[in-house]
Amino acid sequence: MYRYDEFDHDFVKARVADFSDQVERRLAGEITEDQFRPLRLMNGVYLQLHAYMLRIAVPYGTLSSKQMRMLGHIARKYDKGYGHFTTRQNIQFNWPALSDIPAILADLASVEMHAIQTSGNCIRNVTADHFAGAAADEVADPRPYAEILRQWSSVHPEFSYLPRKFKIAVTGAERDRAAIQTHDIGLHLKKNDKGELGFAVYIGGGQGRTPMVAKKIRDFLPEQHLLSYTTAILRVYNLHGRRDNKYKARIKILVHETGVDEIIRQVEHEWQALKDGELKLPEADVAAIQSYFAPPALTARPEGDEAVKLARLDSKSFGDWIDQNVFTHRNPDYAAVTISLKGIGEVPGDATDSQMDAVADIAETYGFDEIRVSHEQNLILPHVARADLKAVYDALVAIDLATANSNLISDIIACPGLDYCALANARSIPVAQEISKRFASLERQRDIGELKLKISGCINACGHHHVGHIGILGVEKKGAELYQVTLGGSADEHTSVGEIIGRGFGPDEITDAIETIVDTYLGIRLDRTEKFLDAYRRVGPAPFKEALYASEAKAA
Amino acid sequence: MKILTANRLTDGEAVWFAADGTWAETIDAAETVGDKADEARLEAIGKAAYDNNEVVDVNLIDVSLVDGAIQPLRLREVIRAAGPSNRHDLGKQARPAAGAA
Repeated sequence: MYRYDEFDHDFVKARVADFSDQVERRLAGEITEDQFRPLRLMNGVYLQLHAYMLRIAVPYGTLSSKQMRMLGHIARKYDKGYGHFTTRQNIQFNWPALSDIPAILADLASVEMHAIQTSGNCIRNVTADHFAGAAADEVADPRPYAEILRQWSSVHPEFSYLPRKFKIAVTGAERDRAAIQTHDIGLHLKKNDKGELGFAVYIGGGQGRTPMVAKKIRDFLPEQHLLSYTTAILRVYNLHGRRDNKYKARIKILVHETGVDEIIRQVEHEWQALKDGELKLPEADVAAIQSYFAPPALTARPEGDEAVKLARLDSKSFGDWIDQNVFTHRNPDYAAVTISLKGIGEVPGDATDSQMDAVADIAETYGFDEIRVSHEQNLILPHVARADLKAVYDALVAIDLATANSNLISDIIACPGLDYCALANARSIPVAQEISKRFASLERQRDIGELKLKISGCINACGHHHVGHIGILGVEKKGAELYQVTLGGSADEHTSVGEIIGRGFGPDEITDAIETIVDTYLGIRLDRTEKFLDAYRRVGPAPFKEALYASEAKAA
Repeated sequence: MKILTANRLTDGEAVWFAADGTWAETIDAAETVGDKADEARLEAIGKAAYDNNEVVDVNLIDVSLVDGAIQPLRLREVIRAAGPSNRHDLGKQARPAAGAA
């Protein structure tokens, strides 16, 4: 894992001191809310419905046990005993008092964490494949590059006041688990035919009120040019991105309105002036950062296959969990484990303080001290010996985190929605809970197969509804909640934006509608191997519309 | 009918302006007003409290009286007054006084 050097420590410490002083002056009435608001946002402090909310950065979703324990400590001491892991691999606390935030930030700094750039029109936390450094299908670990971007973008003077927020995601595998095509910049780390590392570069992806799939503007950018090329993109955006209209200020609109060819021309032109300058990454620097991410010493544990075989015989639920929540590791003696934060009827992404402590213990005992947060709002243990999987499973059962539903219909992404969020128009969490309960049977979920259901409580799309195989968007209509359904979205290497299927559904209708959609899929699929998304792409919306709306069309 | 609401500066707690001149932590205590003159008076009180760094995010919101109890018209304000609808153990709804009232 990356460890702070002296500069990082001093930088974060200085920021804590700055912000503590700002909070103190605000509470003393020496600065106004208008003056304070941008300062608190730069430090991850929002005002929501019930209280302030603190969003803490988890760079590229990577946490140590010590850091996870600190999050548990903060939940216990300053909040209400839980935290919410987000679709940007961060964590949010929903109830901190403003007066406690300096102390929280000081606690975070003691474990090399902070809340810097988790809000505001700057480069936000860089996200990455949650299986980075572990996945069998990976070309190289993308996190060193995410860390290089983090260092470069932290309080970058030129890019701290962009037209709008800016999100970068990195993956190191063909199979995109980081949703890079829904980001302002998406980077796919790959090798060319000479075996050199570089990136396919995508720009202009995004969700929100105008969803766009990113456009590939370069098939192979040699790794040493990562910062010069990113700078070139950001310069073009900073100069031409619209500042007159908040809703048209993201780079996706600039790319769309300017045209890809012209954007490429401008970026390349800018890059020519930068590429051989000081932003060119020296090999030694890249290697130095890479060394922080050196994989743990994975000793041979060949007894794993036999251990898993025996444990399966002993416990069907363990077998189900292995089949669903365990991912292939590049070392055949090891596995990457998804800890589902989607227990049936639970709040997607929430974990209690004691669960955080227990996950930290499990990671320490069995997982080389490493934990990841996935953008799908689960936790990951990236390196677990297969021989230890049963022990890990048993430990997760003890804390109610062993639900075997990874990638199934109850593995729902949901934003906090109107239960917490000041921007929301409708609730997300209760909808997720009810759908989860409706499909509680694991057997039924497994029969349905891979199905990514994503719910947002407003058009800002924090719940990624546009790219859900089934997406649900909550809106407010005539003072009541209404849920609009989209089908056919996807956030993988074949990213697509879902299509609205028809009129929306009330809170008491939406779960039935989802069940109708699922039943329709089960009726039309060619066989069990044809996934929901594939079936939808084959037949289109017609049978789903028919099933959802035919009776009312006839009635009319 | 309207009431004046805000969040307290120090801890973000949702509060409502009460007839006794304080910012109450429960909506039941809010002062309801029914005409433009009173609305303007509440707005002025809200602005003064904002300027005085007592509260932030000040808003006049629409309510009605249901069996004598203040009921916001928008769900957003109902949830602000109670707490998360999925966690009855959190927020104002979890406080003993809420049940007694």
